[in-house]
Amino acid sequence: MVENRNNDTTPGPNRRQFLNRLWAFFGVVALAEFGWLGLSFLNSRKERNKPVKTESIVTAGAVEQFTPATVTAVPLGQFYLACLADGSFLALSRTCTHLGCSVPWDEEKNQFVCPCHGSTFNLTGEVLTAPAPRPLDTYPVRIEDGIVKVDTSAPQKRARFETSQATRI
Amino acid sequence: MKSALFARLPSDVIIVLNPLCAKLSSKLLIIQGLSTYTRPWNELSFMQKSRRSITDLILHLHPPTVPEETLRFNLSWGLGGMAVMLVGLLFLTGILLLLVYQPSTDQAYTSILILTREVPFGLWVRNIHHWSANLLVVVAVLHLLRVVLTGAFGPGRRLNWVIGLFLLFLLLSSNFTGYLLPWDQLAYWAVTICTSMLGYIPFCGQWLQELFRGGAEIGPATLANFFVLHVAFIPGTLFILLLWHFWLVRRAGGLVQIKKNDLQGIPSPRVSTVPNLVMREAAVGLALVAFVLTLAIFWNTPLLEQANPGMSPNPAKAPWYFMGFQELLLHLHPVFAVFVWPLLGAAVFLCVPFWRETDLPTGVWFGSGRGRTLAAWTTAIGVVATLTLILVDNLLLGSATAMTNTFVTRGLLPTGFFAALLVGLYWLLVKKLKYTRAEAVMAGIILVLVVLTVCTVIGVWFRGPEMHLVWP
Repeated sequence: MVENRNNDTTPGPNRRQFLNRLWAFFGVVALAEFGWLGLSFLNSRKERNKPVKTESIVTAGAVEQFTPATVTAVPLGQFYLACLADGSFLALSRTCTHLGCSVPWDEEKNQFVCPCHGSTFNLTGEVLTAPAPRPLDTYPVRIEDGIVKVDTSAPQKRARFETSQATRI
Repeated sequence: MKSALFARLPSDVIIVLNPLCAKLSSKLLIIQGLSTYTRPWNELSFMQKSRRSITDLILHLHPPTVPEETLRFNLSWGLGGMAVMLVGLLFLTGILLLLVYQPSTDQAYTSILILTREVPFGLWVRNIHHWSANLLVVVAVLHLLRVVLTGAFGPGRRLNWVIGLFLLFLLLSSNFTGYLLPWDQLAYWAVTICTSMLGYIPFCGQWLQELFRGGAEIGPATLANFFVLHVAFIPGTLFILLLWHFWLVRRAGGLVQIKKNDLQGIPSPRVSTVPNLVMREAAVGLALVAFVLTLAIFWNTPLLEQANPGMSPNPAKAPWYFMGFQELLLHLHPVFAVFVWPLLGAAVFLCVPFWRETDLPTGVWFGSGRGRTLAAWTTAIGVVATLTLILVDNLLLGSATAMTNTFVTRGLLPTGFFAALLVGLYWLLVKKLKYTRAEAVMAGIILVLVVLTVCTVIGVWFRGPEMHLVWP
């Protein structure tokens, strides 16, 4: 039984409308504040996941250690050092460009094979079979006094392999 | 007498009863289980009041009486009730697990080891939680199929269909976020793949990925995110939506009934919910609990080695309910497997009830004998076609060079092909073979589910190292 109490003292429609809108406005403001609070909470943690890196330059070894057309894993820097057939060097990220799995080097097949979705990459990191959309990312390589050094601070995306990406002595 | 009776009922019961009250009010008084309603509240003893309050609580989710016809087991197979029971088991075991589990990357794995090795019944409780969660996915999908095949998403039940789809999404998310918490190899690579998938969503992909990872890389904030989702956000939302879901079933007049063709339209006789419906629910629910508890004694939940960011397991497989998607990922361009196809699928499922006359005749499985035959043929053809496609594409993938696998050949072309195929099939069924729209839509939904099931089976049992096809 809903009865219209206070029927005679009901304020005019304009005043009621105004108050209702005011409440709606405050509600929206409160929601926005809560959303902002939540987002700043989430954003504050962005730096937390970064592993503490003391040194982004990783020393892979002396040039003579690497034979042409081979791949050496450098666990410390989480990359592979590919020594191409002409003796130039390419540092390949071990992260599959498809969905981020860690790609092992298959010595027998002479290719990288992703265990998650079967993408394969050749020695230079180029895609041999889909579904990976682009070649493995690279890191800049420098050779100083016959020592191969790799800057692991930021992986570099590329669309295809070009000889200019590899570092010669 | 009538008004005194209804004054005792919760107000929402009256809303439902109002249209029925003329017929029911005389009957209600003699219905067993409702006898305490005939006496004023003040005259009841403590025990009677307590019993009555329990009955009230049950009647809040169920109507006081239900049509006798809807009680038959082979109308619903008790799937909704089973899902409720499993959710109950999950809440209970989840609370116990929370007492032991440590949500941090360096302690999570150890706490699971302690749980399974040192905590009394810890292994069993974890297994119950695991098997309930996995069974829940099966039960929920079968529930959805039952709703489609008995025409239970038509007018009056549309909102509930939408809520049901959200519930399915929530429980898959719940399952998946739970999968990540042990922080073993399975968990780590699943979270890697899943958050990388988010990165392919156009425009906001990168932002979403960083939001869920809690940064650019996977680390402590990622686990904290998924922990909060799993134990607070999802269960809370699930609980509210579940109550809404139940209430809307009641609002729609309970389960679907066969429409009577005769002009009199005599409705099925109604029987009281307590004990007729409640006892049946208890029988199904308790049998299921017994089954899960037994299963959990003999089958252990997998736990791999501790997460190792340097080495993906080979093959690295998603949890089984996502193997269908993983199979899609092998064949399609990532943007289409991750974003376009799931979006199209979700849109179609959400919109189906709002297209007129897409619901089958209510209460009859497959709508008719003809519908049953159509469903059988659709299933058979779907299985054969999916297997053939996967095998043929497997050869194509092996022979083709990377250049031929592009956004167009592995994205737009297959999408256009399947859209044309579905439209063509609809035209064939409705225009040529004179099936009703509802039957054609049923065939379409069955086809989608069959394709997903075949992909899942292939992914779970027929994919070996490097995701090559193998014989199990």
